[in-house]
Amino acid sequence: MTRINLTVDGARVSDDVEPRTLLVHYLREQLGKTGTVIGCDTSNCGACTVHLDGTSVKSCNMLAVQADGHEVTTIEGLATDGELHPVQEAFRECHGLQCGYCTPGMIMQSVDLLKENPHPSEEEIRLGLEGNLCRCTGYHNIVKAVQHAAEHGGAGQSGGKHAAEVPAS
Amino acid sequence: MTATQERPAAEIGRDRRRKEDQRLITGRTRWTDNIVLPGMLHLAMVRSPFAHARITAIDTSAAKQATNVVGVFTGADFGESLGVNINAWPITPDQVAPVHSPMPTDRVAFAGEVVAVVVARSAAEARDAAELVDVDYDELPAALDLKAAAADEVLAHPDLGTNKSALWRFDSAEAGTGGNVDEAIAKARTDGIVIEREYRQQRLIPAFMEPRSVVVDPTGEQLTMWSATQIPHILRFALAATTGVPESKIRVIAPDVGGGFGGKLQTTPEEWIAWAVARRLGKPVKYTETRSESLLSGHHGRDQWQKLTLSAEKDGTVTGFKVELLADLGAYVSLVGGGVPVLGAFMFNAIYKFPAYQFNCQTVLTNKTWTDAYRGAGRPEATFAIERMMTELAAELGVDPLEIREKNWITHEEFPFTTVAGLEYDSGNYEAATARAKELFGYDELRAEQRRRREAGDTVQLGIGVSTFTEMCGLAPSRVLGQLDYGAGGWEHASVRMTATGKVEVAVGVSPHGQGHETAFSQIVADRLGVPFEDVEILHGDTQISHKGLDTYGSRSLVVGGEAVVRAADKVIEKARPIAAHLLEASVDDLEFAGGRFTVRGTDQGVGIGELATAVFTAHNLPDGVEPSLDSDATFDPVNFNYPHGTHLCAMEVDTETGQVRMRKYTCVDDIGNIINPLIVSGQVHGGLVQGIAQALWEEAVYDDAGTLVSGSFVDYLLPTAADTISFEIDHTTSPATTNTLGTKGVGEAGTIASTPAVVNAVVDAVRHLGVDDITMPCTPERVWRAINAAGSGGTTEGAAMPHFEAGGAAGNQETPGASSTQGGLQ
Ligand code: FES
Ligand code: FES
Repeated sequence: MTRINLTVDGARVSDDVEPRTLLVHYLREQLGKTGTVIGCDTSNCGACTVHLDGTSVKSCNMLAVQADGHEVTTIEGLATDGELHPVQEAFRECHGLQCGYCTPGMIMQSVDLLKENPHPSEEEIRLGLEGNLCRCTGYHNIVKAVQHAAEHGGAGQSGGKHAAEVPAS
Repeated sequence: MTATQERPAAEIGRDRRRKEDQRLITGRTRWTDNIVLPGMLHLAMVRSPFAHARITAIDTSAAKQATNVVGVFTGADFGESLGVNINAWPITPDQVAPVHSPMPTDRVAFAGEVVAVVVARSAAEARDAAELVDVDYDELPAALDLKAAAADEVLAHPDLGTNKSALWRFDSAEAGTGGNVDEAIAKARTDGIVIEREYRQQRLIPAFMEPRSVVVDPTGEQLTMWSATQIPHILRFALAATTGVPESKIRVIAPDVGGGFGGKLQTTPEEWIAWAVARRLGKPVKYTETRSESLLSGHHGRDQWQKLTLSAEKDGTVTGFKVELLADLGAYVSLVGGGVPVLGAFMFNAIYKFPAYQFNCQTVLTNKTWTDAYRGAGRPEATFAIERMMTELAAELGVDPLEIREKNWITHEEFPFTTVAGLEYDSGNYEAATARAKELFGYDELRAEQRRRREAGDTVQLGIGVSTFTEMCGLAPSRVLGQLDYGAGGWEHASVRMTATGKVEVAVGVSPHGQGHETAFSQIVADRLGVPFEDVEILHGDTQISHKGLDTYGSRSLVVGGEAVVRAADKVIEKARPIAAHLLEASVDDLEFAGGRFTVRGTDQGVGIGELATAVFTAHNLPDGVEPSLDSDATFDPVNFNYPHGTHLCAMEVDTETGQVRMRKYTCVDDIGNIINPLIVSGQVHGGLVQGIAQALWEEAVYDDAGTLVSGSFVDYLLPTAADTISFEIDHTTSPATTNTLGTKGVGEAGTIASTPAVVNAVVDAVRHLGVDDITMPCTPERVWRAINAAGSGGTTEGAAMPHFEAGGAAGNQETPGASSTQGGLQ
């Protein structure tokens, strides 16, 4: 067991984890952050996407111990003070989700995409989401949601509470 | 009494944002795998690596000794209490079907079959210990190729003596719905046109994004199963029917379910094993499959050979259509099983006025993963066949593919129309949908561009594909299902409950997994009862709450389930009427109900439905003999299927030097009757289109010569990504259905049913002038290139679905159409 200390959705947390534990399993099973989900075992689907220090990562593709000392934001921490992130709002507005299983990863990836490229073309959006699979929507409305978010305050906004903003626990 | 409710006009037709979304976009969901119960144990399955083998010994001792392992069980440990996985649709009385034990003890019949289960305190420990279970197998020859299996060359289940499960036939002459197809074909051979083709419907994997998961809690008076399923009610019935637990002691819950597409229309070995282990240990257990397990053991779809003969007069008037199918069931006859191709039996004649028709389907057992419903279930296969054939007929005659369709389709004036397959189409307007689609698509302009490129000898050629589909959905009239030997009915149930504060709870028997029922049904009830949209709560997916239902598949939720909701809501109004009359001191005959209020005609006296709910709650002042309740149930059994249709147009660019294809444009105009929520409809159409397009271009479940699924992960099974797809142009024309109150038609499967032939027709159209008349699906660049260069269908493309495998390695069992070893087909 290894002791890790990190910030998840603005809260400082500390746990003993097995060295082989994947970040996604740590989030789901030890922290109860079940908003982040698992869709595959080959790091292809992106359902598990979270932000590590503000950049999207597939949380099934890294170990919990690698997150030691870092800051993780999940879908559960994206809204601030009960206000949805503009990308969350855009997914609802544009019907960018059906079953919603890919949605946490899709939203986290879209936030990162807009941070890198605040006004992407359709082509750039499609390429930027290539690592996230959705079986329900056919992507049409997901692309629209990202475009909508870009036009409505989602561009360049990372979202979520950060360690600096919350008192130490 | 005064107005207490204010609400906007009609909810039906509004693009309401979905109620479901708040929890889904914030990660506050309850997927089955999120459920954690006190003392819960975790399961891992030990699966056969062989397609067909005798189990000679299973040694579980090492696994049992592993840390935190609580138990290891095989089928022998449970015996009959394990139950069986049932087939609910024996399509013929003499159907041959192996007994399907969830965990066989003597012989495995496909690679991935469960032979033992490990129970441990954590999922990781269970998986580790599963590696320690030592199983000895004697490998048996495996029946893998569908045509060879149909010839009984190798037996998938030696005890059965044959792989042929059932032969199902419909003949219009015998049924009295049309003429003799063989005579029509014989006549066309002398003085008409005969088009003969053989098409392959490759095996697909539903690949819902949420892997299946099951939790069983045996610690209450009712045993509870949570499952990522489309069918909680059918699941409960099947558990009761096969495991000896009374139905009244079983509660099944389908919480948030992450997609299904038919793939979760199943009762699975894993559910049965979890059920048995929890009962045995008296502890809650959870099993969640990995993606690889999901692709390997969740049922697959399609997998047919289609032998097709179309006869026509010289002017293009079709005189007959004969269909001979081989359908791969896989190792077991699944829940719907051979019923899937039979669902296509009535649809090969599609929108056309064929005078003679015959459908034959031989279902065949093989040593592969079982097959069952996948979005469209039988109808995509039928639509592909006829829409490819009509295009081939047009090519033969040298006319536009839309022209040949128009010559043969049922005209708007001819509705209602009884088809050669015996169905009565209630409404439709193929002319209107086609005209609108052509206009939106820019059909004439694109045809002109196609001509220009052809004349210029451009290396990138343009093809235009047409699919004018219809389908039968809204499963289904119970009486018809009975005639087809299906084991259950097709009705649906809803209850509307008025709470004391005037809010409305609606429990429905259909069970959504992404469709947006909570939103659409709220809109219907809001309009019906005249209450605010926000005041309606839709409850589903828990047999304790929605005690009765037949669940969600076959685009039935709105047209069957929605009608039950309408009828239950209408009963609430009728129950409220005498109470309103009593409170208003008026005669029942003088009351009108509108906008949520009963008013006395010609006065300003009125009372709202919410006030009446409060009045029955207190029950202080009700008319004599009136029950203090407005709550109402309705069970609706449809009298007919439901027939959405549409015209889909696709433009594909094909690079004739590399075989690369690129979708340029896709336009569809679907007639799905009246629309409840256009936003939800658009989502269903887009998602459906991409699944159908994926069959045409990318997806295929490929097995190697040993019967191992080589496309067994998301690295190898090519689900389309955002970068592979385009944005679509969709619109609607409207011919309301006449068989339900709201005039709605199903839309869940339409896109998938229609799009596959539109895409393949477009790819073939782009290169037809180079001598190509078919390309096998999926139309990979290699297949397209080979078709161009060898003027065939592209045939076997080694590694088609897995470009990184060595050529010649996999896909060895995929055959070239028309060039294979079969004598086993339909004679
Ligand atoms: S679960 Fe992480 S990419 Fe699929
Ligand atoms: S919404 Fe279901 S997988 Fe994307």
